[in-house]
Amino acid sequence: MNDLRKEEQRRYQNKVNERMPKSETALQCVKAFCVGGLICVIGQFLNDCAIVHMGLDKDMASTFTCIVLIFIAATLTGLGIYDKIGRFAGAGSVVPITGFANSIVAPAMEHRVEGYVMGIGANLFTIAGPVLVYGISASVICGLITCLIIA
Amino acid sequence: MSSFTDYLWAFVIGGAICVIGQLLISLTNLTPSRILVLFVTSGVILTALGLYEPLVEFAGAGAKVPLTGFGYSLAKGAIKGAMEDGVLGAFTGGITATAGGVAAAILFGYLNAVIFKPKTKK
Repeated sequence: MNDLRKEEQRRYQNKVNERMPKSETALQCVKAFCVGGLICVIGQFLNDCAIVHMGLDKDMASTFTCIVLIFIAATLTGLGIYDKIGRFAGAGSVVPITGFANSIVAPAMEHRVEGYVMGIGANLFTIAGPVLVYGISASVICGLITCLIIA
Repeated sequence: MSSFTDYLWAFVIGGAICVIGQLLISLTNLTPSRILVLFVTSGVILTALGLYEPLVEFAGAGAKVPLTGFGYSLAKGAIKGAMEDGVLGAFTGGITATAGGVAAAILFGYLNAVIFKPKTKK
Protein backbone atom coordinates (compact mmCIF):
# COMPACT_ATOMS: atom_id res chain seq x y z
CA MET A 1 0.00 0.00 0.00
CA ASN A 2 2.72 2.41 1.09
CA ASP A 3 4.89 1.44 -1.87
CA LEU A 4 2.01 1.98 -4.21
CA ARG A 5 1.49 5.47 -2.89
CA LYS A 6 5.18 6.30 -3.16
CA GLU A 7 5.21 5.02 -6.71
CA GLU A 8 2.21 7.17 -7.49
CA GLN A 9 3.88 10.22 -5.96
CA ARG A 10 7.03 9.61 -7.94
CA ARG A 11 5.09 9.33 -11.15
CA TYR A 12 3.19 12.51 -10.36
CA GLN A 13 6.43 14.34 -9.64
CA ASN A 14 7.85 13.15 -12.96
CA LYS A 15 4.79 14.47 -14.72
CA VAL A 16 5.13 17.82 -12.98
CA ASN A 17 8.81 18.05 -13.89
CA GLU A 18 8.02 17.20 -17.45
CA ARG A 19 5.44 19.93 -17.75
CA MET A 20 6.84 22.78 -15.70
CA PRO A 21 9.75 23.93 -17.87
CA LYS A 22 7.83 23.30 -21.07
CA SER A 23 4.95 25.62 -20.21
CA GLU A 24 7.46 28.19 -19.02
CA THR A 25 9.25 27.93 -22.35
CA ALA A 26 5.97 28.29 -24.20
CA LEU A 27 5.05 31.42 -22.25
CA GLN A 28 8.52 32.86 -22.82
CA CYS A 29 8.14 32.17 -26.56
CA VAL A 30 4.86 34.08 -26.66
CA LYS A 31 6.50 37.04 -24.91
CA ALA A 32 9.49 36.91 -27.27
CA PHE A 33 7.15 36.72 -30.27
CA CYS A 34 5.13 39.77 -29.20
CA VAL A 35 8.04 42.03 -28.24
CA GLY A 36 10.24 40.96 -31.18
CA GLY A 37 7.33 41.41 -33.58
CA LEU A 38 6.56 44.82 -32.13
CA ILE A 39 10.17 45.98 -32.59
CA CYS A 40 9.95 44.89 -36.24
CA VAL A 41 6.69 46.82 -36.67
CA ILE A 42 8.42 49.93 -35.31
CA GLY A 43 11.18 49.25 -37.84
CA GLN A 44 8.65 48.96 -40.65
CA PHE A 45 7.09 52.25 -39.57
CA LEU A 46 10.47 54.04 -39.49
CA ASN A 47 11.25 52.56 -42.92
CA ASP A 48 7.97 53.93 -44.28
CA CYS A 49 8.66 57.36 -42.79
CA ALA A 50 12.10 57.41 -44.41
CA ILE A 51 10.72 56.55 -47.84
CA VAL A 52 7.54 58.66 -47.81
CA HIS A 53 8.55 61.74 -45.81
CA MET A 54 12.30 61.92 -46.37
CA GLY A 55 12.41 60.66 -49.95
CA LEU A 56 15.18 58.13 -49.28
CA ASP A 57 15.72 55.11 -51.55
CA LYS A 58 15.31 51.55 -50.25
CA ASP A 59 18.89 50.97 -49.11
CA MET A 60 19.23 54.35 -47.41
CA ALA A 61 15.85 53.84 -45.74
CA SER A 62 17.12 50.53 -44.25
CA THR A 63 20.24 52.28 -42.97
CA PHE A 64 18.13 55.07 -41.48
CA THR A 65 15.85 52.54 -39.75
CA CYS A 66 18.85 50.68 -38.40
CA ILE A 67 20.47 53.85 -37.01
CA VAL A 68 17.29 55.10 -35.34
CA LEU A 69 16.56 51.71 -33.73
CA ILE A 70 20.15 51.52 -32.46
CA PHE A 71 19.91 55.06 -31.07
CA ILE A 72 16.68 54.24 -29.23
CA ALA A 73 18.01 50.93 -27.86
CA ALA A 74 21.34 52.45 -26.76
CA THR A 75 19.55 55.25 -24.91
CA LEU A 76 17.05 52.87 -23.28
CA THR A 77 19.97 50.70 -22.16
CA GLY A 78 21.67 53.74 -20.64
CA LEU A 79 18.49 54.63 -18.78
CA GLY A 80 18.18 51.04 -17.52
CA ILE A 81 14.85 50.52 -19.30
CA TYR A 82 16.09 48.00 -21.87
CA ASP A 83 17.15 45.60 -19.11
CA LYS A 84 13.58 45.60 -17.83
CA ILE A 85 12.23 44.91 -21.33
CA GLY A 86 14.84 42.15 -21.64
CA ARG A 87 13.81 40.47 -18.41
CA PHE A 88 10.27 40.28 -19.73
CA ALA A 89 10.92 39.50 -23.39
CA GLY A 90 13.99 37.24 -23.36
CA ALA A 91 15.09 36.59 -26.94
CA GLY A 92 12.49 39.11 -28.16
CA SER A 93 14.89 41.83 -27.02
CA VAL A 94 18.12 39.98 -27.94
CA VAL A 95 17.53 38.93 -31.55
CA PRO A 96 16.49 42.28 -33.12
CA ILE A 97 19.21 44.83 -34.01
CA THR A 98 18.25 46.63 -30.78
CA GLY A 99 19.77 43.68 -28.89
CA PHE A 100 23.03 44.30 -30.72
CA ALA A 101 23.00 47.93 -29.55
CA ASN A 102 22.22 46.75 -26.02
CA SER A 103 25.14 44.30 -26.14
CA ILE A 104 27.47 47.22 -26.98
CA VAL A 105 26.31 49.64 -24.27
CA ALA A 106 25.71 47.27 -21.36
CA PRO A 107 29.24 45.83 -20.86
CA ALA A 108 30.85 49.24 -21.54
CA MET A 109 28.69 50.81 -18.82
CA GLU A 110 29.56 48.06 -16.34
CA HIS A 111 33.29 48.65 -16.86
CA ARG A 112 33.33 52.46 -17.01
CA VAL A 113 35.25 52.71 -13.72
CA GLU A 114 38.23 51.08 -15.44
CA GLY A 115 38.74 54.19 -17.53
CA TYR A 116 37.85 55.58 -20.92
CA VAL A 117 40.22 53.44 -22.99
CA MET A 118 40.47 49.99 -21.40
CA GLY A 119 37.15 50.32 -19.56
CA ILE A 120 34.63 51.77 -21.99
CA GLY A 121 36.63 51.57 -25.22
CA ALA A 122 37.59 47.92 -24.94
CA ASN A 123 34.36 46.64 -23.44
CA LEU A 124 32.15 48.15 -26.14
CA PHE A 125 33.16 45.05 -28.10
CA THR A 126 33.00 42.19 -25.61
CA ILE A 127 29.88 40.82 -27.33
CA ALA A 128 29.69 42.94 -30.48
CA GLY A 129 33.29 41.99 -31.34
CA PRO A 130 32.58 38.30 -31.97
CA VAL A 131 29.41 39.23 -33.87
CA LEU A 132 31.39 41.51 -36.20
CA VAL A 133 34.25 38.99 -36.53
CA TYR A 134 31.98 36.16 -37.63
CA GLY A 135 29.57 38.33 -39.63
CA ILE A 136 32.21 40.23 -41.57
CA SER A 137 34.43 37.16 -42.14
CA ALA A 138 31.47 35.19 -43.45
CA SER A 139 30.46 38.07 -45.75
CA VAL A 140 33.99 38.37 -47.21
CA ILE A 141 34.12 34.61 -47.83
CA CYS A 142 30.70 34.89 -49.42
CA GLY A 143 31.98 37.69 -51.69
CA LEU A 144 35.11 35.71 -52.62
CA ILE A 145 32.99 32.68 -53.56
CA THR A 146 30.91 34.99 -55.76
CA CYS A 147 34.15 36.10 -57.45
CA LEU A 148 35.07 32.47 -58.13
CA ILE A 149 31.64 31.69 -59.56
CA ILE A 150 31.46 34.66 -61.94
CA ALA A 151 35.14 34.40 -62.97
CA MET B 1 3.55 53.31 -47.92
CA SER B 2 3.10 49.85 -46.47
CA SER B 3 -0.37 48.39 -46.15
CA PHE B 4 -1.79 46.78 -43.03
CA THR B 5 -0.81 43.32 -44.27
CA ASP B 6 2.82 44.46 -44.66
CA TYR B 7 2.83 45.45 -41.00
CA LEU B 8 1.12 42.20 -40.03
CA TRP B 9 3.76 40.09 -41.82
CA ALA B 10 6.57 42.21 -40.38
CA PHE B 11 5.13 41.43 -36.93
CA VAL B 12 4.61 37.72 -37.57
CA ILE B 13 7.94 36.96 -39.29
CA GLY B 14 9.95 39.20 -36.93
CA GLY B 15 8.25 37.56 -33.96
CA ALA B 16 8.84 34.08 -35.37
CA ILE B 17 12.58 34.71 -35.78
CA CYS B 18 12.69 35.84 -32.12
CA VAL B 19 10.87 32.65 -31.09
CA ILE B 20 13.61 30.59 -32.79
CA GLY B 21 16.12 32.52 -30.66
CA GLN B 22 14.04 31.94 -27.52
CA LEU B 23 13.83 28.20 -28.19
CA LEU B 24 17.61 28.07 -28.63
CA ILE B 25 18.11 29.90 -25.32
CA SER B 26 15.51 27.87 -23.39
CA LEU B 27 16.19 24.39 -24.74
CA THR B 28 19.96 24.49 -25.23
CA ASN B 29 22.76 26.07 -23.22
CA LEU B 30 23.45 28.79 -25.77
CA THR B 31 24.08 32.19 -24.17
CA PRO B 32 22.56 35.34 -25.74
CA SER B 33 25.96 36.40 -27.12
CA ARG B 34 26.27 33.09 -28.97
CA ILE B 35 22.76 33.55 -30.27
CA LEU B 36 23.81 36.92 -31.73
CA VAL B 37 26.83 35.37 -33.47
CA LEU B 38 24.76 32.43 -34.70
CA PHE B 39 22.02 34.66 -36.11
CA VAL B 40 24.36 37.01 -37.96
CA THR B 41 26.29 34.10 -39.47
CA SER B 42 23.11 32.26 -40.47
CA GLY B 43 21.85 35.48 -42.04
CA VAL B 44 25.00 35.65 -44.18
CA ILE B 45 24.79 31.98 -45.20
CA LEU B 46 21.05 32.06 -45.96
CA THR B 47 21.53 35.18 -48.08
CA ALA B 48 24.44 33.59 -49.95
CA LEU B 49 22.20 30.61 -50.73
CA GLY B 50 19.50 32.98 -51.98
CA LEU B 51 17.02 31.92 -49.30
CA TYR B 52 16.83 35.16 -47.29
CA GLU B 53 16.10 37.65 -50.09
CA PRO B 54 12.54 36.27 -50.66
CA LEU B 55 11.84 36.61 -46.93
CA VAL B 56 12.95 40.27 -47.01
CA GLU B 57 10.72 40.92 -50.04
CA PHE B 58 7.85 39.31 -48.20
CA ALA B 59 8.22 40.57 -44.62
CA GLY B 60 10.20 43.83 -45.00
CA ALA B 61 11.39 45.01 -41.60
CA GLY B 62 10.25 41.70 -40.12
CA ALA B 63 13.25 40.11 -41.82
CA LYS B 64 15.61 43.12 -41.78
CA VAL B 65 15.37 44.17 -38.12
CA PRO B 66 16.38 40.83 -36.52
CA LEU B 67 20.14 40.23 -36.54
CA THR B 68 19.79 37.79 -39.43
CA GLY B 69 18.93 40.96 -41.38
CA PHE B 70 22.31 42.42 -40.40
CA GLY B 71 23.89 39.29 -41.88
CA TYR B 72 21.68 39.75 -44.93
CA SER B 73 22.97 43.31 -45.47
CA LEU B 74 26.58 42.14 -45.01
CA ALA B 75 26.25 39.29 -47.52
CA LYS B 76 24.22 41.32 -50.02
CA GLY B 77 26.82 44.10 -49.93
CA ALA B 78 29.71 41.66 -50.33
CA ILE B 79 28.06 39.88 -53.27
CA LYS B 80 27.20 43.20 -54.94
CA GLY B 81 30.78 44.40 -54.37
CA ALA B 82 32.20 41.19 -55.81
CA MET B 83 30.00 41.50 -58.90
CA GLU B 84 31.05 45.10 -59.52
CA ASP B 85 34.67 45.34 -58.35
CA GLY B 86 35.85 41.73 -58.10
CA VAL B 87 38.04 40.61 -55.19
CA LEU B 88 38.44 44.12 -53.75
CA GLY B 89 34.68 44.52 -53.79
CA ALA B 90 34.28 41.27 -51.86
CA PHE B 91 36.33 42.83 -49.06
CA THR B 92 34.74 46.30 -49.08
CA GLY B 93 31.12 45.47 -49.95
CA GLY B 94 29.89 43.98 -46.67
CA ILE B 95 31.17 46.66 -44.35
CA THR B 96 30.18 49.44 -46.76
CA ALA B 97 26.58 48.23 -46.73
CA THR B 98 26.42 48.07 -42.94
CA ALA B 99 28.69 51.04 -42.16
CA GLY B 100 25.81 53.25 -40.99
CA GLY B 101 24.56 50.76 -38.43
CA VAL B 102 27.99 49.84 -37.10
CA ALA B 103 29.10 53.48 -36.82
CA ALA B 104 25.86 54.40 -35.07
CA ALA B 105 26.20 51.48 -32.66
CA ILE B 106 29.76 52.51 -31.77
CA LEU B 107 29.05 56.23 -31.36
CA PHE B 108 25.76 55.92 -29.45
CA GLY B 109 27.19 53.02 -27.46
CA TYR B 110 30.20 55.09 -26.42
CA LEU B 111 28.16 58.19 -25.57
CA ASN B 112 25.67 56.25 -23.48
CA ALA B 113 28.41 54.40 -21.61
CA VAL B 114 30.08 57.75 -20.83
CA ILE B 115 26.89 59.54 -19.78
CA PHE B 116 25.04 56.89 -17.78
CA LYS B 117 26.12 55.03 -14.65
CA PRO B 118 24.96 51.41 -14.43
CA LYS B 119 21.79 51.04 -12.41
CA THR B 120 22.28 49.22 -9.16
CA LYS B 121 20.46 45.91 -9.31
CA LYS B 122 17.78 45.56 -6.67
